[in-house]
Amino acid sequence: MRITQGAFSFLPDLSDEEILAQVSYSLDSGWAVSVEFTDDPHPRNTYWNMWGLPMFDLSDPAGVMYEINRCRQAYPNHYVRVNAFDSSYGRQTTALSFIVNRPAEEPGFRLSRTETQDRRISYSISSYASDKPSGERY
Amino acid sequence: MEVDIEQAETSRWGAGVIPYTKMGFWQPDYEPKDSDILAAFRITPQANVPPEEAGAAVAGESSTATWTVVWTDRLTSYEQYQAKCYRVDPVPGNPEQYIAYIAYDLDLFEEGSIANMTSSIIGNVFGFKALKALRLEDLRIPPHYTKTFQGPPHGIVMEREYLNKFGRPLLGATIKPKLGLSARNYGRVVYEGLRGGLDFTKDDENINSQPFMRWRDRFLYCMEGVQTAQAETGEIKGHYLNITAGTMEQMYERAEFAKELGSVVVMIDLTIGYTAMTSMSNWCRKNGVLLHLHRAGHSTFTRQKSHGVNFRVLAKWSRLIGVDHIHAGTIVGKLEGDPNSVQGYYDTLRLDKVAANPVRGLYFDQDWASMPGVMPVASGGIHAGQMHQLLHYLGDDVIFQFGGGTIGHPMGIAAGAAANRVALEAMVKARNEGRDFLLDGEAILRKAAQGSPELEAALDVWGSISFNYESTDTPDVVATPSF
Repeated sequence: MRITQGAFSFLPDLSDEEILAQVSYSLDSGWAVSVEFTDDPHPRNTYWNMWGLPMFDLSDPAGVMYEINRCRQAYPNHYVRVNAFDSSYGRQTTALSFIVNRPAEEPGFRLSRTETQDRRISYSISSYASDKPSGERY
Repeated sequence: MEVDIEQAETSRWGAGVIPYTKMGFWQPDYEPKDSDILAAFRITPQANVPPEEAGAAVAGESSTATWTVVWTDRLTSYEQYQAKCYRVDPVPGNPEQYIAYIAYDLDLFEEGSIANMTSSIIGNVFGFKALKALRLEDLRIPPHYTKTFQGPPHGIVMEREYLNKFGRPLLGATIKPKLGLSARNYGRVVYEGLRGGLDFTKDDENINSQPFMRWRDRFLYCMEGVQTAQAETGEIKGHYLNITAGTMEQMYERAEFAKELGSVVVMIDLTIGYTAMTSMSNWCRKNGVLLHLHRAGHSTFTRQKSHGVNFRVLAKWSRLIGVDHIHAGTIVGKLEGDPNSVQGYYDTLRLDKVAANPVRGLYFDQDWASMPGVMPVASGGIHAGQMHQLLHYLGDDVIFQFGGGTIGHPMGIAAGAAANRVALEAMVKARNEGRDFLLDGEAILRKAAQGSPELEAALDVWGSISFNYESTDTPDVVATPSF
């Protein structure tokens, strides 16, 4: 399966040039770019590991690209996403987020159903990969 | 009521009937206070009624006045409670109509009650014989009153953080056919749409609990579809479970059940009324469930330019009442909506400080005092081939809902959903890259379709469909464009 989180998961994987264009757009919009990685892609896993702090003072897209590539090299079999943060008044939230690296194999999620009363079903999903300890998953 | 203004008794307190202008309801020198609620009414006076008298009559009938002088006014600080018509402007190009500006003192309105506000401002006055027609065009609601409401249970920012979806419009589809599917088949459409790439699917306004599909069965099968699609995609998904019912008790019961099943969102229809909407807003805030509003029935009073209530006013009431989503027009789809007016509605719903803008039909500055924004929903006769126009006119914080444009796809529902998602992501990506995506929209879509047979098929079927009708309602200052 292919996890479809992020803004561009339905498109072919972005090339470095295409990632650079999105980074430039984010910086031109006044957003701070950050890089995060995880081996637990559960849709409710909000806090991926931060690859350093958001690059608040970095305005050169090439510098951001350098950090993205360092993270991808360090975690070639993890999910890596690029976030752009809009700190402006009234937003103060993520403005753009997209995946730039994913494991070669994405085994997907187990859906567990527990039948309860009156035809109700209690659902939970878990990543097949997260059955293994962190660091040994992909 | 016919009153000769010149001949009328000028004593304010003589028994009998005197013009509203002489009763203090026409005050051209009045300077509105920051705390006043201001209204702009489009008035069409009867032939023998001067516009100032008509404006004063509206001010009177929507505040303290009755048709004749009453001495009991003198037991009150009536100057405070009287609404004041302070300006009347002729409407360009329409000699029958005027815009009357009226100021209401804050004390006239109960805190946190849209029922109360509407009973005053659009109560008896709309049947007033001295006017041929009356339309409430806009309201300026000051922070003094805004702050008596909490607004959307979540708002745009919180919704995006909750759903983990950033940087693109959201995608939805309304389940079709609207009526008649069994619960099991209905859930199939939900599942296919969501697994194919939609963020949301939606009950239609008139899906409540009919003999062919009772609400509880629908909820169970829809959530099976939602949960399975989440597992297959690793994305948060939702189905707007319509909890509209005949009583509040039934609505609470349905909302509780939706929450128990793990639904991130429930839905109400405008037809339940302002107070019921407010109660459901409170329930949604308390229970962490998004609230979707379908504006069922609004066109009965929002569509005609001469009479009724402009949708921008309903948008303001809805933001105060507190909904997370509201249908607000598509510009390019099958339903009424002039581009400038619709963009004005979107501004009203999404921005914090909205400047008066005659081109977009906004009569007043509106300061929302940090109240969270409402996510507008564009739904009705739109398809993937219009993605560049939709993104251009409506921006990022919006939900595009393609019902027929998803479910009618020749390769199936999931393919229809995927086509829309590919088109959306390709267009956002192109915009961010600095492309002139409005001009190059078709080329961008065709290029994206090279990697997506689903999008290619969608463009082949619907690419040339458009709805070119003149709008019945446009701002006065602009000519009607057409698509």
